[in-house]
Amino acid sequence: MSIIEVSHLTKYYGKSRGIVDVSFNEEEGEIFGFIGPNGAGKSTTIRLLLSLIHPTSGSASIFGKDVTTHGPEIRRQIGYLPSEVFYYEGMKVIDLLKYSASFFPGDHTKRMKELSELMELEMNRKISDLSYGNKKKVGIVQGLLHSPKLLLLDEPTAGLDPLMQRKFFDLIREENKRGVTVFFSSHILGEVQRLCNRVGIIREGRIVEISDIRTLQQNNYKKVRVTAEGITPAIFELPGVTNIETENGSLNFFFKGEIKSILQVIHKLQVTDVTIEEPTLEEIFMHYYE
Amino acid sequence: MKSNIYTHELRMKSRSILTWSIAIFALMFFFLSIYPSFAEEAELANQLMSKMPEELKQAFGLSNTDMASLLGFYTLVMVFTQLCLAIQAGNFGFGLVSIEESELTADFLLTKPVSRVQILTSKLLAALTAIIITNLVTGAASFLAITTFRSSHTYDAGTLTLMLVGLLIFQVFFLAVGLVISLLVKRIHNVTPYSLGLAFSAYVLNAFSGVFGDVKLEYITPFKHFDPNYIIEHNAFDTRLVLINIGISVAAIAISYWLYIRRDIHAVS
Repeated sequence: MSIIEVSHLTKYYGKSRGIVDVSFNEEEGEIFGFIGPNGAGKSTTIRLLLSLIHPTSGSASIFGKDVTTHGPEIRRQIGYLPSEVFYYEGMKVIDLLKYSASFFPGDHTKRMKELSELMELEMNRKISDLSYGNKKKVGIVQGLLHSPKLLLLDEPTAGLDPLMQRKFFDLIREENKRGVTVFFSSHILGEVQRLCNRVGIIREGRIVEISDIRTLQQNNYKKVRVTAEGITPAIFELPGVTNIETENGSLNFFFKGEIKSILQVIHKLQVTDVTIEEPTLEEIFMHYYE
Repeated sequence: MKSNIYTHELRMKSRSILTWSIAIFALMFFFLSIYPSFAEEAELANQLMSKMPEELKQAFGLSNTDMASLLGFYTLVMVFTQLCLAIQAGNFGFGLVSIEESELTADFLLTKPVSRVQILTSKLLAALTAIIITNLVTGAASFLAITTFRSSHTYDAGTLTLMLVGLLIFQVFFLAVGLVISLLVKRIHNVTPYSLGLAFSAYVLNAFSGVFGDVKLEYITPFKHFDPNYIIEHNAFDTRLVLINIGISVAAIAISYWLYIRRDIHAVS
């Protein structure tokens, strides 16, 4: 079953573009990465899903229900973590978390304690006294304490130190194992690569690619590096070869096509070293933005 | 209505309720403590008043005031009280949803499983409760101060009650109009200039409506709708003006719901 279904969703803020004709689905149990640079429309999409803002045209549904007409019902099962967290400054952490929990039916005290301990959060401090990273932890706990079925994470790692980031990722993976669907927006590709099964790439408000992380890497360029005596760029002037660079007697280039044709060329050389690797998501990503 | 939002909102307003209550209490006692010495020289005061230009008296809302009577004197402090409570109610109105947006807590509240109607209703009821508490304090302070300083002078408790009830409807106006203005502008960063502006311009409109006589500015300012002099003179509200006042408040609240449901809550920028 599709947890999120977005169909031709468009949002203009007056005349300025938010997103244009965005469509995608996210299936139950997936971790879907939503990548794009700042201002591409990631937050706009998430805010539309939460009906914080209203679409100009198109529609979106979560759990099979339209987000604009069934908002409150849908949000009962959603955990949201914004990129920037701001809470009622005068409140204590524990009071804020209790206030947050009071919106959801049932008792969530146990889960709240577990999460706070895991994130090393001091419950009796005032929100106004917390550092940015600690506020972020409050955000994580309040987004997860009601055991939601869907997590909407909008650049969630900003402000977390590497150790906390790892804990946070472990936490997300654990939630995912329990069947929680995760929608994860980020402009840091490395973290998307580590966590997600599928990615959507958004650029200037439009989706440019949706695919499996694996296929994205496989159907793409290979990074080749060859070290050999008397090597010149001319040797590798074949169809599918791009970005040739010479570096201390080695050649670096990207290749797309039958890997055999490259190997045949290499075979004839006095090769001392060869590496052929999959490009990182970063490199693929740059390709979409060229 | 969601009781958790209501409780949270009321708690956030507790400081405002307390400060304004203390201020009003002090104002009442300070002002009415002058009354005994004033009443002795009342004849002199009325003579002095009669020599002042009519326009000036109207501008201060003192045109037909009998300064020697207890309630006549009380109208002076009533105008100050109205001004204070207009600012308080304006603060509540302008801040009702805009504070969440400028302090960026709106994301927290609006991503919870509650509808916008539930949020606005809970917030409005919390603000109304805060206003009612402040009004009860004002009423208690009025009666206490008057009883303390009236000595042998008498007054009509019914008329005073009427003025105090009027004060409540008067405040609802500033709450409602503040709210609708806050939803019409894009973003309010600081509530106080708006509430001061609204309260003082309403006050000034009333003053000028007296000066120009024929100009019908009285229709839009609550200071005229609940003119204490009129209430003392007729021992009743000016029904037509009070109905206009209530009509504006109801319309402002209805438009606020309409706007708030459709409002885009923008991200941090």
